[in-house]
Amino acid sequence: MTDLRDLYQDVILDHNKKPRNFGRLEAHNHDAHGHNPLCGDDYEIFVLVHDGVVKDISFDGAGCAISKAAASMMTSKVKGKSVEEAQQFIEEFRDMMAGHLDESGREHLGHLRVFEGVAQLPNRIKCAVLPWHTLNAALVGSEIASTEGDHDEWERA
Amino acid sequence: MEHHANIVPWQMLRDEIGIGLHVVPMSDDGVIDMEAFEAAFNENTKFVSVIHVSNALGTVNPVDQMCAIARAKGVPILVDGCQAAPHMKVDVAALGCDFYAFSGHKMCAPTGSGVLYGRAELLKKMNPFMGGGDMILSVSFEKTRYNEIPHKFEAGTPAIMPVVGLAAAIRYLDSIGLEAIARREEHLTTVAIQAIQGLGGVRVFGPTGHRAPVVSFAIGDVHPHDVGTILDREGVAVRAGHHCAQPLMRRLGVPATARASFAFYNDEADVEALITGIRAVQEIFG
Repeated sequence: MTDLRDLYQDVILDHNKKPRNFGRLEAHNHDAHGHNPLCGDDYEIFVLVHDGVVKDISFDGAGCAISKAAASMMTSKVKGKSVEEAQQFIEEFRDMMAGHLDESGREHLGHLRVFEGVAQLPNRIKCAVLPWHTLNAALVGSEIASTEGDHDEWERA
Repeated sequence: MEHHANIVPWQMLRDEIGIGLHVVPMSDDGVIDMEAFEAAFNENTKFVSVIHVSNALGTVNPVDQMCAIARAKGVPILVDGCQAAPHMKVDVAALGCDFYAFSGHKMCAPTGSGVLYGRAELLKKMNPFMGGGDMILSVSFEKTRYNEIPHKFEAGTPAIMPVVGLAAAIRYLDSIGLEAIARREEHLTTVAIQAIQGLGGVRVFGPTGHRAPVVSFAIGDVHPHDVGTILDREGVAVRAGHHCAQPLMRRLGVPATARASFAFYNDEADVEALITGIRAVQEIFG
């Protein structure tokens, strides 16, 4: 059983209250819209990629504390990293939520491991994963990501 | 304040045969505008369908008045009583409705059971919606003669077990007494609303006066799904979501609400647990 404080850690609450990289990014060349129709979480991710590097990234939208903190911490994590490494983070984050992330992956994810507690709550996993789905959709060039149906990256993965 | 169950089928019918839909507005605290209701009738009005008790707000609609108005205009009216039948005594004849529907799973019965009451005079005029066994008097390759009501609407082998379960559930509720159930639930609801309002920082949705035993609320700007998770960890089960009432959520200006509901088996300790849980949310998100 996940303790409430493991789930709602201070860093998650802080990112929920003061989301980083929040708001529309005008200068972008990749974007995608992510939506969970079951709960209403709704985000847009804007990415500026240059020479294979995530030069800038932002997100806009609304949802629960878990999804908003996940989006905020994700954008902080991948900004300045190569697209390749961003995709590695996406894979690792998914693996963590599915409960089969190896030790080197855990190390690489660093403080994003605060979301490990969410993996214990089946009905909240999609909250944490939605921004990552959406980032993946933006990077691979699809316009929509959803936690349900044909656009569910999780199911396709 | 309608449930999707009273919106989607009408839109499907609109797309199928081209009916027009007219929605009657409600006030900010979830009370139907009766003047607008009466004014909505015109010579083209063919049918009225209304929820008895709002599952999301607890509003108890004045369905007796609505039935009287519909009857005076000569328009049949259906009342969706899924949230009313388990919580109050319902007399369809006294109400004056033409149709009344409720589901078993909201009143201690198995899923897949439910009741659709219709006035015999209207049911006799209606065609079967499904063909098969039991709904016939005689069948030849040339012609089928339909059975009497209600059998003509009950094609095929019925859901015997759920329906037997529904009868047992109704007997059980009757043995406790729906008046006694309503008294206890009303008491718990009143105590809960007072306690929630005493906390400060919590918005309670729905009418200020009489209501059914559901309390939809918002704790500051904390998302209802976070509220739901924390209350769950505190041992309190609430529904967090749009309650199959997305147009209502838009009307209230929220993505979703958290909703506590009371039944006859709850007591004041459950209300206290809810209050403790809400305090925990406020503490974590403070």
